[in-house]
Order: sequence, then structure tokens, then C-alpha cells
Amino acid sequence: MGSTRTTGVPTKLTQGSQTKGGIGESTLRPDGTLKVTGEFAYSSDMWHEDMLWGQTLRSTVAHAEIVSIDTSEALAQSGVYAVLTYDDLPAEMKKYGLELQDTPVLAHGKVRHHGEPVALVAADHPETARRAAAKIKIEYRELPLVTDEASATAPGAVLVHEGRDDEYIKHVPHPNIVHRQPIIRGDADEAAKKADVVVRGEYTFGMQDQAFLGPESGLAVPAEDGGVDLYVATQWLHSDLEQIAPVLGLPEEKVRMTLSGVGGAFGGREDISMQIHACLLALRTGKPVKIVYNRFESFFGHVHRHPAKLYYEHGATRDGKLTHMRCRIVLDGGAYASASPAVVGNASSLSVGPYVIDDVDIEAIALYTNNPPCGAMRGFGAVQACFAYEAQMDKLAAKLGMDPVELRQLNAMEQGTLLPTGQVVDSPAPVAEILRRVKSRPLPPERQWESSEGADVRQLPGGLSNTTHGEGVVRGVGYAVGIKNVGFSEGFDDYSTAKVRMEVINGEPVATVHTAMAEVGQGGVTVHAQIARTELGVTQVTIHPADTQVGSAGSSSASRQTYVTGGAVKNSCELVREKVLELGRRKFGTYHPAWATAELRLEGGKVVTDGGEVLGDLVDVLEDESVEVEAEWRHRPTEPFDLRTGQGNGHVQYSFAAHRAVVEVDTELGLVKVIELACAQDVGKALNPLSVLGQIQGGTTQGLGVAVMEEIIVDPKTAKVKNPSFTDYLIPTILDTPTIPVDVLELADEHAPYGLRGIGEAPTLSSTPAVLAAIRNATGLELNRTPVRPEHLTGTA
Amino acid sequence: MRVNFTVNGRQQEADDVWEGESLLYVLRERMGLPGSKNACEQGECGSCTVRLDGVPVCACLVAAGQVEGREVVTVEGLADFAKQRAEHGGCASGACGTPLQEAQRWRADPAKGAMDSGTGEVGGGNPDATLSPIQQAFIDAGAVQCGFCTPGLLIAADEMLEHNPQPTDADIREALSGNLCRCTGYEKILDAVRLAAARQDRQGLQEGAV
Amino acid sequence: MDFLRPASWEEALAAKAEHPTAVPIAGGTDVMVEINFDHRRPEYLLDLNRVGELREWEVGADTVRLGASVPYTQIMENLRTELPGLALASHTVASPQIRNRGGVGGNLGTASPAGDAHPALLAADCEVEVESVRGSRLIPIDAFYTGVKRNALAADELIRSVHIKKADGPQQYSKVGTRNAMVIAVCAFGIALHPETRTVRTGIGSAAPTPIRAAAAEEFLNAALEEGGFWDSRKIITPSIAKQFAQLAAGAANPIDDVRGTASYRRHAVGIMARRTLTWTWESYRGNGRTTEGVA
Repeated sequence: MGSTRTTGVPTKLTQGSQTKGGIGESTLRPDGTLKVTGEFAYSSDMWHEDMLWGQTLRSTVAHAEIVSIDTSEALAQSGVYAVLTYDDLPAEMKKYGLELQDTPVLAHGKVRHHGEPVALVAADHPETARRAAAKIKIEYRELPLVTDEASATAPGAVLVHEGRDDEYIKHVPHPNIVHRQPIIRGDADEAAKKADVVVRGEYTFGMQDQAFLGPESGLAVPAEDGGVDLYVATQWLHSDLEQIAPVLGLPEEKVRMTLSGVGGAFGGREDISMQIHACLLALRTGKPVKIVYNRFESFFGHVHRHPAKLYYEHGATRDGKLTHMRCRIVLDGGAYASASPAVVGNASSLSVGPYVIDDVDIEAIALYTNNPPCGAMRGFGAVQACFAYEAQMDKLAAKLGMDPVELRQLNAMEQGTLLPTGQVVDSPAPVAEILRRVKSRPLPPERQWESSEGADVRQLPGGLSNTTHGEGVVRGVGYAVGIKNVGFSEGFDDYSTAKVRMEVINGEPVATVHTAMAEVGQGGVTVHAQIARTELGVTQVTIHPADTQVGSAGSSSASRQTYVTGGAVKNSCELVREKVLELGRRKFGTYHPAWATAELRLEGGKVVTDGGEVLGDLVDVLEDESVEVEAEWRHRPTEPFDLRTGQGNGHVQYSFAAHRAVVEVDTELGLVKVIELACAQDVGKALNPLSVLGQIQGGTTQGLGVAVMEEIIVDPKTAKVKNPSFTDYLIPTILDTPTIPVDVLELADEHAPYGLRGIGEAPTLSSTPAVLAAIRNATGLELNRTPVRPEHLTGTA
Repeated sequence: MRVNFTVNGRQQEADDVWEGESLLYVLRERMGLPGSKNACEQGECGSCTVRLDGVPVCACLVAAGQVEGREVVTVEGLADFAKQRAEHGGCASGACGTPLQEAQRWRADPAKGAMDSGTGEVGGGNPDATLSPIQQAFIDAGAVQCGFCTPGLLIAADEMLEHNPQPTDADIREALSGNLCRCTGYEKILDAVRLAAARQDRQGLQEGAV
Repeated sequence: MDFLRPASWEEALAAKAEHPTAVPIAGGTDVMVEINFDHRRPEYLLDLNRVGELREWEVGADTVRLGASVPYTQIMENLRTELPGLALASHTVASPQIRNRGGVGGNLGTASPAGDAHPALLAADCEVEVESVRGSRLIPIDAFYTGVKRNALAADELIRSVHIKKADGPQQYSKVGTRNAMVIAVCAFGIALHPETRTVRTGIGSAAPTPIRAAAAEEFLNAALEEGGFWDSRKIITPSIAKQFAQLAAGAANPIDDVRGTASYRRHAVGIMARRTLTWTWESYRGNGRTTEGVA
């Protein structure tokens, strides 16, 4: 089994000795050449001689009792090697989950959402597997649906999960509520009396999909020791492993995971998808099993961004000072918990936005419903809140007759501000400044679509569809700013591990960096090599493939990887450097007193004093020895939020971005063209400026998508997904995406490695409300939901 | 059924092809050419874009049986394809696009071994690797993040520059409007195409001056 | 599943006669998605790619005989003068990659109300040339669409070409989608002025069970233009005429609510597009038409 060839196994990435680039430089990706030649192996590219194809049979109804499953006809098909249901699960443990183990590997007794996995097939061709899956007979008895807060908490409501015994059930007011986090600070009732102006709003945030392009996929290869080798695309290998091994009934060391090429993630790969299923089929059949979802299945294969209802009240004095804020955020977690508890923590603790408000009354909850499960997506709870509080700021500015940017600047938080959780913001918080920067940027010229020859429809709302040559087109400008926490919060032990080795190869000092960090496109591999160059004074760095043979790196999410795994690489490099210097002292210390007395660094392949004097070559120091360190690294600890008051130092760092959106709206047809989406963001320190821009522009565009087009539509009568395809779930094309000028600030956070700040998520927050604000500015409409569709702009909803 | 066609200049044969298989499946799963990507399989993302008799198409929408006797160029063959085109004077003849006869004359360098994917140590921006101008520009401009959309974009962008060597931004946007990217926000992709066009232009000027 | 690969039109007709359930495939835009997503498992696939004449067109004195598989890209690039409405519609079809393979035969064969070509074909006026081993016939476009995703083809017939009237006046086409490219129509509108017959024809897509013409709107406009002497005077269309035309066009729509849009929005948008495209074509007829970049 192990001897036959597996194609697509990741290999080391080496940037050779001609590559320059320590931190702060726009070093090019080490996987760039592989990716432009088609040679980079993604999880769906894995191939093994004699492999089988796995197929998942999913529920066609949202909430039903499974009366019977008959797999006999499917098993009898030629070319079918296995058909598995709940009864075939090998271990005591039959559930998994990121925070609560509430998700069945295969449905047991009932299904709780449309598209829940019920049975698995392995066959010699995907079509054979599909035909066999179609022959599995399942009888469902449909159950009443829970689809929103009213139906979830109504007297006598059906419970999505009966007999809950998780840690959250003790404090939630209803078993259909996963988690509840109130935050009370000051006295909102008393403070409200000081308000000259009060604005209230009820906002709706639609269900967004990560829509990563590389579908869920991977290959499980059974091993001779009874274990399994698993090649998958994920955001966190070790978290997967902790969930996979118990349901396979295997010790963790017998489940060897390697990260395959990841075609984007954005939160959608935090949860398990096909990992366990492929392993089960491989272990049952004794053959390698590949599973690749198509786009239709992908919409059921991962969690989505929580849709939300948000109720907000803000008060202000006549001169614009915020007096108080009350809000209630209801997140729909769907049928399984996934990351709902943490999303609730973020939504509540960041619900005031980057503003100073002393008196607040906040509540956020996540529901269990029979809608599709929701969990992590870029921005993670902070996105929904930002959409609402920024709409409130515009509403308040309008009522006060103030400029909306001035109102925000007047109330902007800064270093030293207390969050509603009582935590001090202890690093730069240039909220007013990033707003100033986007505002002071010159506006793009009007009517750029017009020339002496006529109208260029490509630059008009409707684009190639030729709906307007300028008729009905009105420009609007809008602003927004947001705050996102970086890293895992609420007392989670957030650490990463890096193994760094230094040795001489072919007469040149070479560093090898081995972590379990999931490279999902963000460029972590580039940055790790840059850190190694900076810390170890080498040019040639090899990045070892990510796997579970090294300690956990934590997830590639929460804007945390450069901070935490970057920090771990830096730390391990420093430890390696100490050992190398120790080696040098032993060998050469007697020749020069500076070995003992000076601050030494490694630079250009040499040991150098802080005065710049060269003490020796690394090649001579190392000779044929290799120095290796594997070490864990942690950021400052955080603490949980109090369950009644929400008080606590729950976060470690914040990230701030502001946007100005300029849109042109065809007000008659309700079509929107975003002309420019300017961003200013504080990144602390840009380790790789080119990658920083890529993150900000990409995040901005995902925010644009959910402003004007992206929404998974769930039929409220059936809880079934109506648009699981790229035909009807639309993401922005290059013709929908404007120029995105970016203004990068680098105000160091003294607590973070190199002063850096996590950057990936903040631009996704403020982009959406900025676009909405611009559309409101163009149309004069209130627009309390996102995405906004043509019917909302034309009174034809 | 059996299907014979030419991929990146090599005659290929696939046996026992199920009639419902797409060209994309045959390339990826039967010919060891997974460079063309399987992002949507419904013609809505462009990740599987290949040239079929010179014309960019979605490989997921071509039935395997439809390619019998035809010529396919995938991202794995793009560098050689571009090199051959440059050696034959590019598009100077005005016969832009790749005529069938020319596509049929073209052959990939067999020494490159297109079947051997994912092995070997390769670096970004490695000057030793033979890349087409558009491939190099994608690396240099930071147009690659997760890279799943990249192969399709490269084929589409390369073909556009073939017949429109000095595109406006609106031209680039229109030509690439069938290729979704979820990571970059497209800004760096625009940069890459502009960069490739500029380098092509500069090279053209230099050659013209000689 | 069997894959039939006729090398000629005659072989294709023979194959279709022998296997009337065979599903023709040319550009693959509809058929391959149905296969990839397991929505359809036809007994036979009938590949038309090897039938060269389907990719040819002939420009005659009054009509263009457009082969069923002439790719939309070719229509955009080569037939803008003769078939301006269809060229505009072609430019809104999906993506460049799909326009490189797809042709009107696929739109007509599928007969989805959302097919981009239909409103332009209805407005220009055309006949669909269909053939079987029994012989060939021309089906007027007004009689072609018979129900939701149904057309007038017999089981043994294939679409050979479309005989489209060459434009004798300005034509326009608009389509609403919720994205600025690569989008299926929420609804669409085509209009063609026919100065030779002093008539105006229209087509509406995605706003009724089949592609339709806005008959009452056409009748009203034809009468109003005639009575007002507009064809001769070429004077500006009065806003009240444009408004009434738009209202009647919207009234012709019989749309549904679905994930792409509400019925109410579709009706509204058809009216707006009718008014705008009438204005554009009429201004062009008056000699004030301006070119529009990015339009086919």
C-alpha cells in the first residue's frame, strides 16, 4: 500500500542563494513558480494508483427522523467497494466539532439540516460512486422546522439538539441557543437621559459563503500499521487531527496528516469536511480513497458566515458626543455549533466598534436552527456588527446635521481607551487618522465612462449587459471604519510551534523552517523565509511542508498566523542563533574578545558585532554540525469574558481599517457599480508590503461582494438552500471590482513580534458598510440589510 | 470509449473514458495534468480555461469525446507554447489567435516531462525556470495568492495579449471577466497583465531597433 | 451513456432519427453542467462539433443564415452590421470562454426563458431552420417557443441554422443581471426598428415562461409612430409615447419570484429597459446615435 506512488505529495520549497529579502521587503512567493506552471499540487490534485473515489450522500430535507436506510442495492453495484452509514462507525466517539462535539460523522436517527451527510460510498470511478449513492434508499419522516429566533424560542419549540450537556447549556436561556454573551458597562439607562438625539435601527446581514475556489478534497491512504496518511486542505492540521483520530478509533500518531495545496480558505476550512469520511472509506476498503466535492456539494460541505439580525440604539449629545449604546445581536448558527460560541464573543465584545462609549448594554446570542451550519468566516462576528454600527453612525450624523466622518473622529477610540469589556487598548489605535486619510484622498473624476465617442458600458452599472448609457446614474460616497481582534481570544491557549534548523549545505549556510502552519494563500511561507533570513543572516531558506510531525501552529485564521507562527519562527530562530553563537564562542572565543563581550548578530552568512565587525563565517562556525530547535511560542494570555457582565481582558490585539467607497448607482434599475474603494489600515509593521496589499485588497473585495451580491438564500418554509452554485451565488468578477488604493500605516505594537499587527480581516469589515453608505448617499434610501439587491433600490422587493 | 488528442504538443490517448467525462476530468485524472483547475465545473469561474485549437474555453464544458483529434494547450504547456510563439514572430503577422495549423505544428519540449507534477524543489522567481512572460509577471506583481484561479487566468491573459498587446484597463477587465479570483481583489492581477504588456512592448521596441 | 460522433450533418440527422432521445451537444454550456452536477444522464450524447457547416454563416440579400454553432464571439466580431441586436446580446452571454464555444443553437435547443439570444432573435425576426431525415422546415421564431424550456422541435429534428432578417434599422439589447459580467439574466429586452416596414419588434427574456414579444407595446408604438409621422420626420420621440411603450412592455411580462429577482422587479426593469432601448434606437435612427465602447 505504502509502496505505490502517490502523486501530489507536497515537497520542500527552497528559495536559493540569489534570493534576497528579510522582513520589510516584498520578497516573492517561494511557491510562485509552482503555482504559475500548474505544478503546485492542491488537495484535489492528489492521485494514487488504484485509488477509489468517495461520494457523500446528503439529506434532501432539513429536519427529519431517519426511519430507515437501505444500502443493499448500492452495495450490489459493480465497482462499489464500500457503503457506510452511522452503524459502520468504528469507534465509541461518533461526533466531532470545533468547540462543541455536536456534529455526527454520519447522521444518526435524524438529520438537522439540508445537505447533512448520511452515507458514504467508495467506488472505482466517481460516476460509479454517484450512481450507487443514488441507489441508497432513505425514508425520512419530516419534523417541524426551527428557522429563526421566534421559532427557536417559542413555547414548545422543537429542540434542535436534545439532551445537551455542553459547557454552554448552563447559562443559556433556551436549549436552542448555543451561547449568550451579555456585556454591561456603566449605566445605559441613566446615560440615555443625557442624549439629545437617539437613533435606532434593525439590521439584517445575509448568509455569506467563503467561496474559496479550491473545493473540499483530499486523499486518504491506508498504512501498513493500521493507521492512515491523510493529505488535505485545511486551516489547522492539529485541530483536524484531534477531531479525526477519536472517531476513527486510532491514536493520533497513527493519523499522519500532511497539508496539500489549499485553494483559499477564509474560515471555511476550519471545520472538518471530507477528512473523516475519506479515512473511514480508506480504512474499510484498504485502498487509497480520494474525495473531491463539486461546487454544488461545496456549498453544503462547509459552514458559512452567520446571518444576523442586529438591533441597535445609539444616543448622542447635540455636539455629537456618544452617550450610550444598546444592542442585541442574534446570530443564526444553524444546525451545529461549529465556531458559534467564539463568534458570539467577538460580536458582543466588538459591537461598539472603534468608538468610545462608556455606558453600554449589549447582548449577543447564537441560535441552533435547522438552517445550514454557520461558523468561521473572515471577520468572524465583527463583520456583522460593523455593518450595523456604521449604519447607525451615518444615521446619527444625519440627525445631528454633522459630517459623518467628523462624528466618527469625534468619538474615535485611541490608545488607552477602555473597551466595553473593561480592557484597555494598549497599543496604537489610529482610528481618527485612518478616517482622515481615506477622506483626504482626491475623489475619482465623475463620469469616467463618458468620452467623446460615447459611453463605455464596461465602466457603468450593469457593465457588459448594456443597461444604461448614463441614464439614471447617480454617484454616492460613503465611509466606514471597523475594529477586529487579532488572534484567539477569551483565554484560549493560543500558541504556535516552529522547528528551525541551520546547517551548511554545499558550502552555504541554509535554514530550514518547519511548522504546521496552513499556507492557504496568505503568504505565510514567504514571511517565514524572510524572518529566517533576518534572524539568521542566511539567504537560502527551505520551507518544510506543513504536517503533524511538528507541533501545532494553530489555525490560519483570526488574522493570527504572521503574529503567532511568525512569532514562533522568530523565537526558534533566536534560539538557534544563540546555539550557533555558543558554538562559535566554543570554537573561536579565544581568538577575539568580542565573542564574549559584544552583542552579536548573524548577517550575510557571518557573525557580526553590533559595531559591524565580522567575527567569522557561519560556514566555519557550523562546519558539519546542524543546529535545530523546536519550540512553542505564545502571545500574552487573555481571559474569558464574565458570563453576566462581559468584563475581562479577552483580546490580545486589534486591527483597524477604514474605507471610502465611491459608487455609481443606476437608480432606476437598482444596479450598482463601485468606482473606487479606498482603504487605510494600520498594519503595525509590513513584513512583506506586497503581500499586505494583497490581503487588504482581497479582504476589501469580499466585503464588496456581501454588500451588493453575495447571499446564500435559504427558503424559510423548507430551510433548504436555493442557490448552491456559482450561477446563483455570485462573487465579484474583475468588472465588479474597482481600483482599491491602499494607504498603509505602520504604528508598531510593542507587544507583537516586529511590532506587527494581524491584517487579514479588518479590511473585510469596513468595506461592506462603506459601500452601503455610498449607495444610501446616492439613493437617499435607508437600506437596513446587506446584500442590497436591485429590488431593494427600486421599491420592488 | 477511447479518446485521442494532442495535449501540449504530445499525442495522448485515454481509454475506458466514461461518456459523461469532461475534458477537464480527462486532463486531471487520466493524463496527470491537474494544472487546469476544478473550481466550479459549471463554466462560471474560468479556473479550467485551456486552449482548444487555439481558442480559450472552459475544459469543464467540453465533453471528452468532443476533443477527439484536436489540440489542447494547458497551463503546463503555456511556457513552451509562448516560447514557440515568440520564435515564430508572435502576432506580428496580424493573424492573431493561433490558427489550427500553427497549433498543430507546435510541440512541447518532451524533456520537460509534463507528467511529473509536484516534485522537485522550485523557487519563486527562479530565473532558471522557463516561464512565459505572463507567468513571470504574475509572480513579480504579487498576483498569486492561493493560486487556484491562476492557471485559468494565465491562459486567458496570455491569449488576450496575443491579439491585444496594448490593452487598456477596461480591455483587461473585459477579457478576464470570465475568471473568478477570491483572494486578490484583482488589483495585482491587473498589475501583472499591465506588466507583461509593458515588458512585451519594451522587448518589441528593442527588437525593432536592432 | 453512449457518445455519438457524427462526422457530417447527414450522419447527425441519421443518428438523431435512430436515437430520438439523444441530447445534442455543441458548446456544452447547458448539457455539460447538467452532467457534471448529476442533473441529467442522457442515454446518448450527440456531438455536433464535427459538423463544420453548423459553424458557418452566409450573408444573403435579406437574411443572414447563421449556423447553429457559430460561436457568439464570431457573431460579435463579424456580424455587428447585419445583426446588431444579436451581436449586443452575444456580448452579454456568460464569459469570453463560453462565448468562444456557445452558439444560438444551444439557446434555441434549451429554450430557457433566460437564454440571452432570444429577445434579439424575436426583435430582429427570424426563422429557425430545423431538419430531420424526413426533411427540412423553417419555424417562425414566434411559433418556436412552446412552453417552459420547450420548443417546436420534433424528437428527430436538429437545429441547422437561423435565418435572421438583416437589420434595416437600429437595434438594441439590454439585460439586467446582479453582477457586471458573467451573469444569467434577471430579465432582458431586445428591440429592433424596421424602417422598411415601418414597424418595431421587441423581445423579452426571463420575464415569462417563454421568451415573448411585447405585442401590445409594439402595436401601440407602431400606431403612434405612424400617426405622428415620426418615420418621415425623424423627430424626437415624445416622452409620453416612450412612457406608454415602457408601461405596455412591462405589462407584457409575466414573471415569477425566484433567487435571481422578484416578479415585481422584473416587470419594473423590463419597462425601464424598454424605454431606454427605444430611446437609443430612435436617436440612432435620427442620426444622433453615438458609438458605445465595450458594446459588441
